[in-house]
Amino acid sequence: MTAVAAEAKATGRDQYRALAFRRILILAGLACALAVSIATDMALGPANYSLSQVLSALFSPDTVGDQLRVVIWDIRMPIALMAVTVGASLSVAGAQMQTILSNPLASPFTLGISAAASFGAALGLVGGVAIFPGAVQYMVPVNAFIMAMVAALFIHFASTLRGVTVETIVLLGIALVFTFNAALSLLEYLASEQALAAVVFWTMGSLTKATWDKVFVTAAILLVTLPFFIRSAWALTALRLGDDKAASMGVNVRRLRLHTMLIVSLLAAIPVSFVGTIGFVGLVGPHIARMVVGEDQRFFLPGAVICGALLLSTTSVVSKVLIPGAILPIGVITAFVGVPFFFVLIFSNRRRAW
Amino acid sequence: MVSLVLKDVGASYGRTTVLSKVAIELLTPGTTTAVIGPNAAGKSTLFKRIAGLISGPGVVQLSEATRGDRSICYMPQDTGSNAVLTVYESLLLAAKQDGGWRVRDDELFEIDAILKALRIEDLAFRGLDALSGGQRQLVSLGQALVRKPEVLLMDEPTSALDLHRQIDVLEFVCAIASRTGMIVLIALHDLNHALRYCTNTIVIANGEMASSGVTTDVITSAMLRDIYRVEARIESCSRGRPMIIVDGAL
Repeated sequence: MTAVAAEAKATGRDQYRALAFRRILILAGLACALAVSIATDMALGPANYSLSQVLSALFSPDTVGDQLRVVIWDIRMPIALMAVTVGASLSVAGAQMQTILSNPLASPFTLGISAAASFGAALGLVGGVAIFPGAVQYMVPVNAFIMAMVAALFIHFASTLRGVTVETIVLLGIALVFTFNAALSLLEYLASEQALAAVVFWTMGSLTKATWDKVFVTAAILLVTLPFFIRSAWALTALRLGDDKAASMGVNVRRLRLHTMLIVSLLAAIPVSFVGTIGFVGLVGPHIARMVVGEDQRFFLPGAVICGALLLSTTSVVSKVLIPGAILPIGVITAFVGVPFFFVLIFSNRRRAW
Repeated sequence: MVSLVLKDVGASYGRTTVLSKVAIELLTPGTTTAVIGPNAAGKSTLFKRIAGLISGPGVVQLSEATRGDRSICYMPQDTGSNAVLTVYESLLLAAKQDGGWRVRDDELFEIDAILKALRIEDLAFRGLDALSGGQRQLVSLGQALVRKPEVLLMDEPTSALDLHRQIDVLEFVCAIASRTGMIVLIALHDLNHALRYCTNTIVIANGEMASSGVTTDVITSAMLRDIYRVEARIESCSRGRPMIIVDGAL
C-alpha cells in the first residue's frame, strides 16, 4: 500500500466513530417514526378527528371541546401509550433473555411466561378463582401476574441448579408452554360458553382495556428496571462472547445471569397480565434491533425499547384501520404486521439475524 | 514488579478432583512459561483456577496486585461467538468492562494500536462470525491485551494458526512480555515452540504437576517417554537450537 493510500484509509477510531454516529441516527429515526405512530394511533378511532385537532387537544387541552378532550386523554392516549410501554417492556425482556441464554428463540412467549399468564387469567374467568384473595376486582390481571411470576421464578430457580445449561433452560421453557397450554385447554373445555368467549378474547391480547393506572404501572416497572441494564451494558455485551471470556473480563457471569433473569421476569409478567398474550413483540422486537444497530448494549438496549414500542404502536394503528369502526385484538395483528417486515430484513441478506 | 506464586493449588468440578498440588513460583517479570501435558491433563483447569474462574484449595498469590481483577487475564481456547459485533467492538468491550458508556479517543487509539501490532487492522469492522479460526485466535489475543494484564494465561493460542502466524504470535507475545514485564503462561502442544520461546516449562499430567523448571531441563527424552509415551530425541539443529525429533509412539 502506498503512503497516500494508507493515509486516505480512515483509522479504526474514525471508522468506529462513524459507525456509532450512524447507529445514533438510526435510533433517532426510529424514535421519530414512533412519535408519528403514537400521534396517528391517537388520531384514529370510531370518531374521526384530524391530526391538527388531536395535536391541539394534546398541547392545549383547554381550547378544545370536552368530548374531544375526553376521547383523546381518557380513551385513546392510555391505549396508545399502553402499546408503547407494553411493546418496550416485552422487547427488552426478550432482548435480555436472548442475551443471557445465548439463544435466538428466547422470549417471554417461548419461555412459557405468556402461557402461564393465560392460564392464570383463565382460572379467574372460568372458575372465578382468585389466587390472591385480596383483590377481587383485579382478579384476572392479578391471577395472570402470579402465574407468570411462578413460571418465571421456576425458570429462574432452575437456572441456579448445578448442571442446568442455558440450552436446558430454553427446553424447560418450551415444556412450560406445553404444560400451561394443556391446562388452559382443559379449562376451556370445562368452561361455560360465556366464560370460554372471555378466555379466548383474553388470550388474543387486547389494548382496549388500557387505563392510566395500567400505563403508569408498566412504565414504572420499565423505568425502574432499565438502570440495571444500563449499568450492566458492557457486561451483558461481553456475555455474548461466551461465559469463559466474559468471566475472564471480570464479569460475574452467574450473578449477572440470575439477576437479569429475575428482572426480566418482572418486566415480562406485568404487561402480559394487563394485555394478554402478545407473543411476537418479545421475540422479534430485539431481533430487529439487533439487525439495525448490532449487539453493543449501549445501542441494542435503546434499540430494543424503540423497536418493541414501534412494532406494537404500528400494530395498534393497523388494528384500527383494517376493519373501519372495529378494533381487532392486537395479539392477532402483531404477527401480521411484524412478520412481513421481519422477512424483508432477513431475506435482504445484508445483516445477520443471529 | 509482578510475580506469581502458586501454593498447593487444586481444583474440582463437583466431587471430581481434576487438579491438585500445583506449586510454582514465577518471580521474573517479562518471562514466558510453557504449560505442557497430554490432552485433558488439566492445563485449562489450571488456567481457570489461576484466573479465579473456578475455586479450589491452595493459594494463588500475585505480588503487588495493583489492579485487582484486571491483573490476571485468561484467554480461553474456545473462541467462537455468534454475536452481532465487529472485531473492533469486541476489543472495545473488553477494554471498557470497568468503565461507563462514554468512549474516549485514547481508548480507541489503544485499540487501533493493538490491531496494528497484531496486523489485523483489515479485520477491524468485520463481524465476529465471519472470522476464520486463526483470525479468531488473533482477535482473542487482542481482547486480552487491550485489558493490559500483568499475568496473561493463553490456552493454546496457536492451535489454529498457520506456521507464519504461529511464529508471529509467539514472538509478538514474548516481545510484549519482556517490554511490559508481563508474566505469560502458554499452554502449548507444539513442544518445539516451548523449547524455542519459553524460558520455563511446567508439565501437567493426570491433574498433577509432573515437573517444572528451565525448559531445556524439563523437556527431555525421559519426560517425553513418561508423559507423552513417545520415543524421541532432543538434538541440536545446525543453528545450535535444541529440537525434538520424534521416532515413534510407544
